[in-house]
Amino acid sequence: MIPGKFEYLVPTTLDEAVSMLDKHGDDAKILAGGQSLIPAMRFRLAMPEILIDINRLDGLSYVKEENGNLAIGAMTREADIDDSELVKQKYQLLAETAKVIADPIVRNLSTVGGNLAHADPANDHPATMLAYGAEIVVTGPGGERTIPIDEFFVDLFENSMADNEILKEIRIPTPPANSGGCYVKIERKVGDYAIAAVAVQLTLDGDTCTSARIGLTNVSPKPIRTAGAEAALVGKPLTEENIKAAGVAASQDCDPSADLRGSVDYKRDLVRVITMRAIRTARDRAKGGTSS
Amino acid sequence: MSYPITLTVNGEEHSAEVEPRLLLVHLLRENLNLTGTHIGCDTTSCGACTVLMDGKPVKSCTVFAVQANGRSIETIEGVANGGLHPLQEGFWEKHGLQCGYCTPGMIMNAKAFLAKNPSPTDEEIRWGISGNLCRCTGYNKIVEAIQYAAEKLRTQSKEA
Repeated sequence: MIPGKFEYLVPTTLDEAVSMLDKHGDDAKILAGGQSLIPAMRFRLAMPEILIDINRLDGLSYVKEENGNLAIGAMTREADIDDSELVKQKYQLLAETAKVIADPIVRNLSTVGGNLAHADPANDHPATMLAYGAEIVVTGPGGERTIPIDEFFVDLFENSMADNEILKEIRIPTPPANSGGCYVKIERKVGDYAIAAVAVQLTLDGDTCTSARIGLTNVSPKPIRTAGAEAALVGKPLTEENIKAAGVAASQDCDPSADLRGSVDYKRDLVRVITMRAIRTARDRAKGGTSS
Repeated sequence: MSYPITLTVNGEEHSAEVEPRLLLVHLLRENLNLTGTHIGCDTTSCGACTVLMDGKPVKSCTVFAVQANGRSIETIEGVANGGLHPLQEGFWEKHGLQCGYCTPGMIMNAKAFLAKNPSPTDEEIRWGISGNLCRCTGYNKIVEAIQYAAEKLRTQSKEA
């Protein structure tokens, strides 16, 4: 399968990339890792007239803690997240997410920024960033601005960036003490999208859950949080009874479609079960117990 | 509308004028006649087209040739060096292939995998090659082949 024709532009600075995007608008697409865009172009689902390749820009690939956040450069490859000791030790939800995205070969090219900007509810980072309460830093002709993750996903394949803005950085607030996270993904095989997946990030004070954010993957037209499941936990002890209530609420909040991966009923029940599993693991991690 | 590129393939420099939409796998197979790199699924799933770009395994059906401009590519044709590479020998000795279609991609990925993890467990190998599909062997023989190569490479590096 051969993609349609396009003009190939290689900016040398981020400013130049922004001007190119500003000039060409909707006709142009940013080429990051290309692991979603190139397959879409081969199927002619995407036929951009211009590709702006930002793979040769310096300074967009890093994972570091600063100002109370974990800052991730937009072009950071999933494989770099896989290899980061900092992420393994302090950001288990992120570590678990990165290692189940696509397959190990794809992860050498696929980027965290691209995974989010694509705004595919089947992608894994959206649910995780929703659970972390991350911020997205974008840059455009007017300079930089920050978009809270809760305002980032607008619809299927649609985010709230303007046509002339580029995703530059993702900021995850460093979790306070007694926090834990967990990503549970059920997939038919490595490399497939999730049948369903759940991202949980919570904080405890003693036995009481003081905050909980829960994101869901591939069970709604856009990436979502489950407010019902979060409400079932916050301000309460994480007893089996409350965890069960959260699972039921998550299964009600989601809005899956029937496809090759399963029926609506099956997916809803799967969301119920994996939400409970992810909460239990996140809770144990927050208590400093079992780590895997 | 063509774009000039220069890249190194198996240590040899090549220049070409290509359409930006030309995929790396087509450049290798059709322009350079390096047909050892296979096209399997054409959907970024099977890993038969895996090559190394600057030492990292990539699916060459999901990279434009223009993206490889200035980079170094290694394909299955560049692996043997005065005799079979330990991975090639391992696939031979342990019967790591039947039809052989997935083998070039398996070997390229395994080469990078062993460079990063010279003493892997069987399970680590299975995860490591989880982006490469094989429809013949059931993978057991491939895991054995990679273990064979891992051991031989460890011995070689001790002797060196």
